[in-house]
Amino acid sequence: MELRKRSPYCWELPAEGRMRVPGRVYATEEMLRGDEQRQPLRQVANVASLPGIVKAALAMPDMHWGYGFPIGGVAAFDWEEGILSPGGVGYDINCGVRLATTALGEDDLRPRLETLVDELYRSIPSGVGSTGSVKLSGKEARKVLQQGSRWAVAQGFGQERDLLHTEDGGCLPEADPGAVSERALKRGLRQLGTLGSGNHFLEVGVVDTVFDETAARTFGLAEGQVTLMLHSGSRGLGYQVCDDFLAVMNREAAGSGLAPPDRQLVCAWISSDIARQYFRAMNCAANYAWANRQILMHHARQVFERVFGAGPRDLAMDLLYDVCHNIAKRETHVVDGREQVLCVHRKGATRAFAPGHEAVCEAFRPAGQPILIPGDMGTCSYILAGTQKAMEETFGSSCHGAGRRLSRKAAKRASKGRVIYRELADKGILVRWTGRSTLAEEMPDAYKDVSEVVEVVHGAGIARKVARLRPLAVVKG
Amino acid sequence: MPYTLIDHTADLGIRVRASGLRELFEEAAAALFDLITNRGRVTETAQRTLAVQGRDRPDLMVNWLRELLYLWNGEQLLVARTRIDTLDDSRLAARVWVAAYDPRWHELHHEIKAVTYHGITVRPVSGGWEAVVIFDV
Repeated sequence: MELRKRSPYCWELPAEGRMRVPGRVYATEEMLRGDEQRQPLRQVANVASLPGIVKAALAMPDMHWGYGFPIGGVAAFDWEEGILSPGGVGYDINCGVRLATTALGEDDLRPRLETLVDELYRSIPSGVGSTGSVKLSGKEARKVLQQGSRWAVAQGFGQERDLLHTEDGGCLPEADPGAVSERALKRGLRQLGTLGSGNHFLEVGVVDTVFDETAARTFGLAEGQVTLMLHSGSRGLGYQVCDDFLAVMNREAAGSGLAPPDRQLVCAWISSDIARQYFRAMNCAANYAWANRQILMHHARQVFERVFGAGPRDLAMDLLYDVCHNIAKRETHVVDGREQVLCVHRKGATRAFAPGHEAVCEAFRPAGQPILIPGDMGTCSYILAGTQKAMEETFGSSCHGAGRRLSRKAAKRASKGRVIYRELADKGILVRWTGRSTLAEEMPDAYKDVSEVVEVVHGAGIARKVARLRPLAVVKG
Repeated sequence: MPYTLIDHTADLGIRVRASGLRELFEEAAAALFDLITNRGRVTETAQRTLAVQGRDRPDLMVNWLRELLYLWNGEQLLVARTRIDTLDDSRLAARVWVAAYDPRWHELHHEIKAVTYHGITVRPVSGGWEAVVIFDV
């Protein structure tokens, strides 16, 4: 597959064979070297061959191999004539990140950092098979699926203001619990308020560089300020929703004329009953994920208050923003000069709406939508802002993280003889973890350099750097 | 060991071999629960029966492992062993022996979140059958 250079940060995969549109990859020449890019590029080509795809199949600089769609993939389909694909959303529906700022500085934190990280680890259920502090009845669970963060705030997990600072207000309206299977519901009942395992985490950090003073001020960020970042999703419920619809769509694929080259890429016409049903179930899972992150943040807030003996007012732990990484949404974008209603799939990609966009809360509208990009646990994370160019080129989307470099097995091999937590402690980063192989599998070397990823989206103009965070303490599942 | 682990950037896979097709399905089930827990500590306390369908053998394999994984993810049951009683290209009937998860006794290794279709293979090889399955972890 020959890539053509469009700019130093954007490459085109010309439409060939079954491809209906070209592929477009945001990356440096360096990133695209090497055999490991061949598979995700083939996946970009597969996505470009799906019916109703508009403009191009896109991939962000953190692109890596996924099921069906590549991770870091963005694809928009015409709402009337296009398709919807559970594999284009991913298993962990509305896996996402939220960031809260505090009134604390690093000097306030250091003397109590050890106590804080131990308390966070104790208070927030994480790891394989963990169950949540919130016990739900079936009736209450349905409310979670319909109301998302709104439900959580109404129960006392946080404040009204948090909703304004969450993508879509933490609640997608077209959510019908009737579309969610009993199995999915059952998995969801026990897990609300749990972090999960694998790459999910909670991180206490500090703003170490501000790149854009004006935007940082708009977002309420200042150098030296302590932050809390959370990465989690819809837990078993989202997985079960994805799995249920993959099974049904595969059964029906032959009849709908949509038998895909890869069963994991299975899809259905958006206008079909099964796609509509998946859309409503997916929105339920997205709402569950928002409620989950809202509850997790509330618990973390309480831990901070306890450890620092500070009230909510003094601590001022305010949600800066919550973004979603895995979703398909109905959005209106301008394509070739005219407005078109699209189904935008973002799988391992973040919405990046421009300054002035009505979907961005009023307070942030001058700066654009905040975008949160976590790095690995030993390096740094970024806060970016959406741009007009993202609206024009990527359906208002940007990257979502660093992306894995090593397989879990290779990471374990590379960690042999090393004491990862001590290496991190030497850098001033305290870690607590649950799974016995989590730390090796998730060590910094297992991930690509997040700064390189961010340079690409900044350089390409599809996001703008606002600030960088340095980790101080991490809790992993 | 009748299975080997496959290295994959984001996930975990197994390559299973067995002399016959029924044994292949049983071995794949055993491999799945080997990844989840120390199977030597799972003492069966109850028996379930499962009937599974699929479009073809690979689909049947995915659906079989999906059902077993749900016993764990949905019902907190660990599978000790399985026996395939009847099997053709699109359906199977099986007995499954399980134990309720006890955190004081059972170790958990990997959190297997889903059985994927990616690269799913069920094929005859010299001396028997081989399956390749990738799990999302």
